[in-house]
Amino acid sequence: MESIYLAIPLTSLLGAIIAGFFGKQIGREAAHWAAILGVGASFVLSLVVLKDVAFDGAAVYNQSVYTWMVSDGIHFEIGFLIDSLSALMMVVVTSVSLTVHIYTIGYMQDDPGYQRFFSYISLFTFSMLMLVMSNNFLQLFFGWEAVGLVSYLLIGFWYTRETAIYANLKAFMVNRVGDFGFLMGIAVLVAYTGSLDYIEVFDRSDKMASATIQVIPGLDWSVITLACILLFIGAMGKSAQVPLHVWLPDSMEGPTPISALIHAATMVTAGIFMVARMSPLFEQSETALSVVLVIGATTAILMGLIGIVQNDIKRVVAYSTLSQLGYMTVALGASAYSAAIFHLMTHAFFKALLFLAAGSVIIAMHHEQDIRKMGGLKKYMPITYWVSLVGSLALIGFPGTSGYFSKDAILVATQNSNIPGSGYAYLMLLIGVFVTALYTFRMFFLVFHGEERIDESTRAHLHETPPVVTIPLILLAIPSAIIGWITIGPVLFGGYFEDAIIVFKEHGAMAAVAETFHSSFNFVLHGFRGLPVYLAAAGVIVAWVFYLKKPSLAVTVKEKSGFLYRLLEQKYYFDRFNEIVFAATARGVGHVFWRIGDALVIDGLVVNGSARLVGWFSGVIRQVQTGYLNHYAFVMITGLILLLGWAVLA
Amino acid sequence: MFADGLLLSLVIWTPILGGALVLFAGDREPSGARKIALAVSIATFVLSIPLYTQFNTDTHLLQFVERNSWIPAFNIEYFIGIDGISMPLILLTSFTTIIVIISSWEVIQYRVSQYMAAFLFMEGFMIGTFSALDSILFFMFFEAMLVPMFLVIGIWGGANRIYATIKFFLYTFIGSVLMLVALIYMYSKTGSFSILDFHLLRLTMTEQILIFLAFLVAFAVKVPMWPVHTWLPDAHVEAPTGGSVILAAIMLKVGGYGFLRFSLPITPDASAELDWLIITMSLTAVVYIGFVALVQRDMKKLIAYSSIAHMGFVTLGFFIVFRIMDGDSSATGSALALEGGMVQMISHGFISAAMFLCVGVIYDRMHSREIADYGGVVNTMPVFAAFMVFFAMANAGLPGTSGFVGEFMVILASFRASFWIAFLAATILILGAAYTLWMIKRVIFGEIANDNVRALTDINNREILYLGILAVAILALGLWPYPLVEVMHPTIENLLNHISQSKL
Repeated sequence: MESIYLAIPLTSLLGAIIAGFFGKQIGREAAHWAAILGVGASFVLSLVVLKDVAFDGAAVYNQSVYTWMVSDGIHFEIGFLIDSLSALMMVVVTSVSLTVHIYTIGYMQDDPGYQRFFSYISLFTFSMLMLVMSNNFLQLFFGWEAVGLVSYLLIGFWYTRETAIYANLKAFMVNRVGDFGFLMGIAVLVAYTGSLDYIEVFDRSDKMASATIQVIPGLDWSVITLACILLFIGAMGKSAQVPLHVWLPDSMEGPTPISALIHAATMVTAGIFMVARMSPLFEQSETALSVVLVIGATTAILMGLIGIVQNDIKRVVAYSTLSQLGYMTVALGASAYSAAIFHLMTHAFFKALLFLAAGSVIIAMHHEQDIRKMGGLKKYMPITYWVSLVGSLALIGFPGTSGYFSKDAILVATQNSNIPGSGYAYLMLLIGVFVTALYTFRMFFLVFHGEERIDESTRAHLHETPPVVTIPLILLAIPSAIIGWITIGPVLFGGYFEDAIIVFKEHGAMAAVAETFHSSFNFVLHGFRGLPVYLAAAGVIVAWVFYLKKPSLAVTVKEKSGFLYRLLEQKYYFDRFNEIVFAATARGVGHVFWRIGDALVIDGLVVNGSARLVGWFSGVIRQVQTGYLNHYAFVMITGLILLLGWAVLA
Repeated sequence: MFADGLLLSLVIWTPILGGALVLFAGDREPSGARKIALAVSIATFVLSIPLYTQFNTDTHLLQFVERNSWIPAFNIEYFIGIDGISMPLILLTSFTTIIVIISSWEVIQYRVSQYMAAFLFMEGFMIGTFSALDSILFFMFFEAMLVPMFLVIGIWGGANRIYATIKFFLYTFIGSVLMLVALIYMYSKTGSFSILDFHLLRLTMTEQILIFLAFLVAFAVKVPMWPVHTWLPDAHVEAPTGGSVILAAIMLKVGGYGFLRFSLPITPDASAELDWLIITMSLTAVVYIGFVALVQRDMKKLIAYSSIAHMGFVTLGFFIVFRIMDGDSSATGSALALEGGMVQMISHGFISAAMFLCVGVIYDRMHSREIADYGGVVNTMPVFAAFMVFFAMANAGLPGTSGFVGEFMVILASFRASFWIAFLAATILILGAAYTLWMIKRVIFGEIANDNVRALTDINNREILYLGILAVAILALGLWPYPLVEVMHPTIENLLNHISQSKL
């Protein structure tokens, strides 16, 4: 198996290298084949691994590939940990990546950077695989930053656009703030366990549970809580949780395929994956879990609300992603790690589907992204319409779709959680269900139904996109519809994650969900007895009334809710705040240090000041050297007399 | 093939004699001067390879030792040898010199032979500095390397070069005068100038503190540490590209090396006593200089400031050990810190060289270092842009590049000393990315800013060659630092043992 594990990331890397370095020589077609075959091989091999782990009961594989460095007795290794969690993630990553690769052929066909794009997305797949397959914190951090690098390159893919290169810098910087916390978290773990290896760290983590540290003198903090919160700051950056979410909406400047792959399905879920992977640590700190819970719930509701007022089709989906990441984070905080990963998986499929469908609309509309200028697209784009419907239903949690199972599991788990803050979280998630349905179907109705607000020249060329676009959509629509029904039983309640995720008995949220679960069918029926289904239905109906039946109502509400609307439109002023407080302050501080510290004090006063002092002093001394013989003779004689006088008198 | 010591001598003197040869060959045939210089630098590099391959990693004892009496009246010796600290720096020197000579191939048309000779002399002097085990010999090499650098900036430099050279010379010279006093004082007590004898010399705390401060001035200026850093941006801005590369990649390392060879082992008690001073200066370098770098308008100045910030990790790693050990030399984290500082030196050698060469590439075409004069370079120079973005990422400490390794080690280690020290050090993650990538955004990306950018031509094969070699080096060290760290272990462990024993 070892060679298979090694081959999984490396085939993608090879594809990236071929498409990247030799793209010009081999041409467009060969480049995309290299990339697709590379990722395709990764996908097939990942399936083999999943089969091995899930059906053949393969033992957990935990081995080093090579020793990166040994210092101070600490082994820095590169290696793989293959268990239920990584096997599932590998399949999710490679399957979405493969469909996106195929889709890209259609989406990017006219782009001069075609080969470069393929190279980047294959490189991304490699990095993401290294991240999820890692058995240690070093490699995790490598993958973590490498996906950040590719994300940076891809957001700024169209590098002549000012907005794109602003967005990619912003994304990298905000992620670096998260990584800063993440690195500090790793430092805590290494300091207390002396290892970077997951299993060793977990085994020795009890030391941290009992230890305290005084970060602020006089205040004793539990080390494990500190470590978990710092790690979670990393997750907040990557998985875009408030207040580190600001980069994700702007990342939509990148081409749509990567919005689907990186900024919806895979990279942004790395934070969720990481926390689930660290469940043996997080379980030991209820404080940390509480923080996770509250941050997640806040993100879920705040970002969902913004989704209602967005008019750019991609941004609506982006805010929806933020909100759904909030749901996953809440699940983590409620110790329902498996539910979080389960939602991660279903979300990967239906959100990638929604993004790619949005991309399909964008292609058909000749790169128009404003949903106010669409409408009635159903009859022009039937395939896109139907797959979008599937994706939208899954997103709002329509009973039976994949999203229903995963979201309901999270809701029930949160309801049954006893972590402080779970009451607040549950309430936010419930409201969130209504909000999700509202923004999702607002978009859906405005794009596909109602009157056609399309301009004439676009309408003349409006037609369904080619098969290279629609086939990936259909491929993603299938799991979006059914994967929840098939897999919820075995994955969530069949003990699938037993070898990877640890949950303490006192955190019984998932156990409570398990009690209500008998079969998928039963789970659906059970759903009708709860509130969420009706909240979602209400959301759809409100969207229908406001945006199809009586659009004037939406306008009235908008005008009546002046401040509230502005607050949402300005995204709670996070961006403005960051620009003024962080960006401007940093530049201001830089100027002060430079102009006053370096130029005025050190150089002006001390360095050039000393030079001037020396110059002044020698100027004074120079007065003595007149060059007149009589002056010198005078001084000489005076000196001689004084000296003789002193000799005689002494 | 050679006696051990002879090989090291050859590595020192080949470039110096080669430099003399280039100088005498003169400028009648500039291409001849270039070719000889390249041949000499390659020969030196090849000669230096056995220093690595035949290096014994099982011992902390000095290797490739050669010891002859030189000035018997004062017991001054020609005493050279290397260990796990100096050997990597010597290889870095012989490697970088080749890069510099290739990079100057077409750019330098004025007094070619003198230019090439200056760099070969410098190479010899720098390798000599890293090899010398007699302190007077060290001091001679240490001072001698200033002369060719002074000339390089003064003759081939920019408009304001006279101010920069004088500042450079006075700063570094004043520092080393105090060091000489300290050396003579220790000679008066031991009757020898051997650094190894100094290591064993017992000194009172007052003596140690005075000697420590004398060394500190000398080495802090070289590194350079805040607040004696202001000569560096000026020197870099005025220096020709090759000068900047050697300055950043090697000369700054002499300061870091000095701390390990002199300050720590000779005055361990004073180092422990005054470690707060160095730690404060280092963290100030990271944070304060990070902010200053952010607002620079001149690319070379920005990279110069970035160098100061990154070198802050070197000195932090070297002096944080006392807080980690706290009297226990086997405490985990202390070797990590020292080795991290060392790795950071080597890595910074590659990355700063690459960054300055990148600026050189576009400066040669546009004759401007102002960020504002650029924009959208990627449109006309895509291959170059790929290199520059890669080096920028390395400068920002991306894992997988060498820039990450040392910083990672030092941050992990400093957490054992204090949460807040690690916290401030780790801000380089944010600040480093901010100043480097903001520059990249303004220079490389965007619409073509003006006609000058539009007229740019992409890099030629020669430029691809030297940037490519550096990229490979940065990647190799980032993906597998094992071989580099491995050679340091015994030396670092021995050093830690040594400094944990009081000399009072």
